[in-house]
Amino acid sequence: MVKEHGTVRPASAAPAELDAESAEWVRALAGTGARREAAVVRLHEMLLRIAHAEVRRRGPRLRITGPELDDLAHQAAADALLAITGKLAQFRGESRFTTWAYKFVIFDVSAKIGRHFWRNPAVPLDAEDWDRLPGHFGFDPAHQAEWRDLLAALRRAVDSELTARQRAVFVAIVVNEVPLDALVIELASNRNAIYKTLFDARRKLRAALAANGYLDTSGSS
Amino acid sequence: MNGWSELDRFLRTDPRDVGCAEAMEMLHIYAELTAAGAPAEQRYPGIAAHLAACGPCGEDFEGLLAALRDEAS
Repeated sequence: MVKEHGTVRPASAAPAELDAESAEWVRALAGTGARREAAVVRLHEMLLRIAHAEVRRRGPRLRITGPELDDLAHQAAADALLAITGKLAQFRGESRFTTWAYKFVIFDVSAKIGRHFWRNPAVPLDAEDWDRLPGHFGFDPAHQAEWRDLLAALRRAVDSELTARQRAVFVAIVVNEVPLDALVIELASNRNAIYKTLFDARRKLRAALAANGYLDTSGSS
Repeated sequence: MNGWSELDRFLRTDPRDVGCAEAMEMLHIYAELTAAGAPAEQRYPGIAAHLAACGPCGEDFEGLLAALRDEAS
């Protein structure tokens, strides 16, 4: 179950024994002098390569182009490098060191894409164009008579069943299609809290629609 | 998939879903298991449920997996 403020379950009670390559990374980065500097340079090169590949992978779905994507990759790699060297003691050897390190740069790419959204948002946060909703879910306009009542019931449930916070998050993400990571920045929140708010909203809305016979009551909540 | 089933799929919540914090904490372990062909979704069903429902975490997982596969190729 999604927890808003729950503690994160450790993968294992004790640190795993490091593989030779990971151990070498940790020794070099925890050390000093030229050996550490060389490891930092090498790590940064790897992070930059991963960041470039990731922005290229996501690029076609973003409204960000060449130079900005390149800049974003450099920022993500630099921030990830700082985070990794600052959190080196937290590496427990549950994966290879490089996999753990790559995670940081992937997260940084996500965060920077979320921040970038507000430079030129597709819709203002306070927009509320419910006419866009059928298209989001793939309802066929030719069969409007079949789904008009369902979406009207959904909208009523959004207004009557959700808290103000849940409604705001639902409208932003589902109606206005604001990316969750962008909303995190706008609301000065975090991904887990926004997801939990949306999770609870989804559960309430489905229950309301099922109670009124619009959706079946089988399966998960 | 039509609008009814897509809306139904979106509104359904999985009680096993661990949320973003735990999924992000464990993502490197989950991705490495997946890249190795191990049944990560059986070992961590709560993370699998979360990644199936959370767009941003699912995207991060795909990115990390792509990095691992690119490295291995």
